[in-house]
Parts: sequence; C-alpha cells; structure tokens
Amino acid sequence: MPDTGLLSKIEAAFPGKILEHHSSYGYDVITLNRDDAFAIFATLRDHPDFAFSLLSDLTAIDFLGQEPRFELVYQLYSISLNHRLQVKIRVPEDAAWAHSVSSLWKGGNWLEREVWDMFGIKFADHPDLRRILMYEEFNGHPLRKDYPVNKRQPLVEERDPITNPWPKR
Amino acid sequence: MAESTWQLTEMQLDPTSEVMSLQMGPSHPATHGTIKFWLKLDGEKILNCDVEIGYLHRGFEKMCEQRTWNHVVPYTDRLNYISPLINNVGFALAAEKLLDLEVPERCQYIRMIMSEISRMTDHFTCLGMAAAEAGALSVAFYALEARETLFDIVTAVTGARLTVSYTRVGGVTQDLPEGFAERVRGAFTDIRQVMSDCDKLLSKNRIFIERMSGVGAIPADDVVSYGVTGPLLRACGVAYDVRKAQPYLFYDRMEFTVPTGTQGDNYDRFSVRFEEIRQSIRIIEQGLEQMRPGPVRVDDPRITLPQKKDVYGNIEGLMNHFKLVIEGVRIPKGDIYQAVEGANGELGFYLVSDGSGRPYRVRVRPPCFFGMAALGQMLKGCLISDIITTFGMINMIGGECDR
Repeated sequence: MPDTGLLSKIEAAFPGKILEHHSSYGYDVITLNRDDAFAIFATLRDHPDFAFSLLSDLTAIDFLGQEPRFELVYQLYSISLNHRLQVKIRVPEDAAWAHSVSSLWKGGNWLEREVWDMFGIKFADHPDLRRILMYEEFNGHPLRKDYPVNKRQPLVEERDPITNPWPKR
Repeated sequence: MAESTWQLTEMQLDPTSEVMSLQMGPSHPATHGTIKFWLKLDGEKILNCDVEIGYLHRGFEKMCEQRTWNHVVPYTDRLNYISPLINNVGFALAAEKLLDLEVPERCQYIRMIMSEISRMTDHFTCLGMAAAEAGALSVAFYALEARETLFDIVTAVTGARLTVSYTRVGGVTQDLPEGFAERVRGAFTDIRQVMSDCDKLLSKNRIFIERMSGVGAIPADDVVSYGVTGPLLRACGVAYDVRKAQPYLFYDRMEFTVPTGTQGDNYDRFSVRFEEIRQSIRIIEQGLEQMRPGPVRVDDPRITLPQKKDVYGNIEGLMNHFKLVIEGVRIPKGDIYQAVEGANGELGFYLVSDGSGRPYRVRVRPPCFFGMAALGQMLKGCLISDIITTFGMINMIGGECDR
C-alpha cells in the first residue's frame, strides 16, 4: 500500500502527543496517552485531513504479567478519504479506565460496554455502562487471561443428568 | 443506569399509566430467540426501545485463545452461520497477512467465488424471511429454494451446508469438484428466474411497499456514527464497500457496481440486497471465466499439511503432520486488523499473535452488532409491527452478534 503521509500529518497535528507510531501490514498505528486521547480523537474525527467518521472497532488486549496490563485498540476508518488508523492506549490494572468516545461515535457506546463486560475496563462519562453479552449477576470479566476458561457460573443451577436423573414415572 | 429494573417498578407502581412497558422476546418468533426488546409504548407507538443482546454468547473469543490457528476455522463457521465461508476467508486472510504469505492464484479465485456464493445465500435468507415476516410467505419459499440450490453447491465443494470449515491458513481444504463451473452456471439460470419472480411479487406490491417504505430510516450521519456498514449503510447512499474501497483477493480485477439507495429505509435496504445478489452473480461469472487450474494451497511444510501418502509412507511426512496438528502453524509476533465485506457489512478480524502456535487474542468485528446498536434509534416513533421488518432488515445473526 502506498504511503499516504497520514502518520506525518498526525505527527504534525499533535506534536509530542504521539508516544509511538509505526506502519505495519499497510496501515498506520499510533499509541496515545490516556489523558490526551479524547481531544485527539475529536480532532481525528472532525479535521478534514483525517475525517475518521467510522469507529470500526474497539477492543482490548490483556497482557497479563506485563505493565501496563491492558491495551485498548481502536480501529478508525475514513469513508471519504479511504484510510485506516489503529490507535492504542495502554491502561494499567490498578486504574483500569479510559475516557469514553461514545459522545464522538455513537457506536462507541456498545463497544465500550463490551470492553467493560469482557475486560473490566471502565469508561469515564459513558452514559450507560452496563454489561452487554453477559448477565448482570456475572462475576468477573471472562476475556481476562486470569479468568479460567472452564469456570462455570450458571444463572440457573445446572443439573447433572447422571447423578441426578429425572424421577422415573 | 439499570433501565431494566426501572421499567419494572414503573409498571408495578402504576399499571394504568399511559406509557406501557413491554418486554418483547427473547422467546418471540421474530427475535430468533436471542434478542430482547425493552419497549416503552404509547398505544402502538414506540417511545423508547432498549435492545438487549447476549443470549447466544458462547465465548468465541475465549475459546479461540485455547486452540491452534487452524482450529479457529471451525469456530468461525459458527459466527454468521448463513454465510460461513466469508468468515473462513476473513480469518484466513488475516492470519496469512501476519505470515506475509501469498496464496496461489487459484486459491484466491476459489475463496472469492465461494465468498460471493455465501453472500448470495445470506441475502436470499434475509430477503425471503423479511418477505415472510411481512406476510408474503410464497416469496420466502422461492428464496429458500434458490438458497438451497446454492447450499447444494457449497455442500459439493466443502462437504457441509453450514459448518463448512473450508479454508486453512495457506489455502483451502480441497479443490473445486469436477463440473463446478457448469453446475454454478446452471444454478444461476434458475436463480435468475427466482429473482424475477420475487421481483414481480414484491417490487410493486402495495402491502409490501407500505410495510417497508419510510420505515426505520435514520440520517446517514447517524448510521456512520453507529458504525453500521454494509447494505444498511449503502441504503443511505454511502457507497462504502470493503471490496471496492480496500480490495482483497481479486476483487480489484472484477467488474461490479456497488448498489446504493437514497432514503435509507427498509425498502432501500431490501432493494440494495436484491441488487447485490445480481452483482455477486456477475463477480462469480467473471471469476469462473478467469480462473485457471493450479495449486490451491501454498507448498510450504511449515504451513500446510503434507500429502497423506507421505504421512503414512515416510517418517518426515509423519513428523511434519504431527508437529502441525499438535503445535499448529507458527505465526510471527504481531497484530493485524483485516476487514472483509461480509454479507451484513464490514467483517473485521483483529488477531494478536505472540509467536506461538496459538492465537493470543482473536477479536471479531461483527457487522450486525452495530446494526443492533442503532436499532433503538431506528425504531423510535415507529409502530410495534415495524420492529419485525426493521429487525429483519438488520439481518441479525445471533452467532455473530453475540459470538
């Protein structure tokens, strides 16, 4: 993929705010500080040079054993300019939160609910931070690496049909 | 915050209030058993609709972390199970990009053709069911007949209707069967007939138009803001299609148009899907024309399994087979986001590899998740019966939305 000059434009627009940047597999990746992120996201959405109108995806990765433990990954896409950008924000375990982008992209609302549900990362100023895939009574956050894969938390008690068969008629 | 409890208390406090709270689903035939709508109604009019998903959550992403890269392929079948081949292809493309691997030309053509067949099956299911839910049951049977013709072809190629598991990292499981091109062309004759029948039954049908037209529309800016892609976005007039915008496989060699609508209502969504089936037929016909015989897998013992005669015939083949099956393909450290155009929009795979034989993280961007997020706004001010058509046009597939 040709160099679109996106990274240099971003560097120029936010001097000193981009912690790391590189290009891999044809798209650009930047890493931001949590506190600068919201303002930068707003510019990335509205500035005509960037015009990232679509928040394609938001997810997190749990690097258990590393510090900071979590990494939020935003996939931005500009429909008008046809370029992609991946934004990463690192979040430590003891302060697992980030600023909500749901006021910039409405799709952020559900995506952030999912990240909260699966990873336990909170989003400040989120209008409605409930669980989305799991049920309210669920304990823990299943996509964390320290959540055991075989752990079961049935909402309704499970019945073992071998030891506890239905009564014979 | 917890709207659910609030709604119950209001109902308990004042059962005669003007605003009625109603839970619709998950045990409702139109909600596939996997969606609940918390409705606030003024008579038949919807004042507020809170959509609840997650009833089909099976921990797809967690399970993927426990398996080797190729073991993930059968799991991807169970995302959007009406068009499983697109999921297979999307996952394989992402993994191959991490490997920096170019698969043979024929394999790419096969993947493209099978993706388009899958897109057609998905659209036929969506259109037929939407028509049935609006009362035109005969259209559903015509559409399902066309879909079954295509599923028969998929079965001949992969061995299964829905759980196809057709791709592997570095290729596809097997070449197309003999007489595939003739069979597909023959099926297209039938399908064109079915489409013209459906067109005649619906396009000028007053009941159908009144159920669909002007219903469920929200401004294009909001649709983009919700992250909605695919036919729902194109119905608003935004011609974003991953196949055109960021071509993968050989879509850049194909001639096809991206149909768009103007109003963004359910009728436009329906028409866009209808037209996309025609475009898929065009792509498949061109693909069959251009495709040449050749290998369908990369020839690399680190990635693809050896021939069976080597596995049973010599120790190197046996060891190679054992290592690949037990330890899996080793994919270099890194992360990748690969988007493909699924039947419902941008289907993204975000893969993180730590350099071992197992994925560190597999994330799917399910296109209909975003449609469901926008549904609440789409339904504001509509009638209860409009839920059925609007929800049908989002074409929510539980396996994909809830993973």
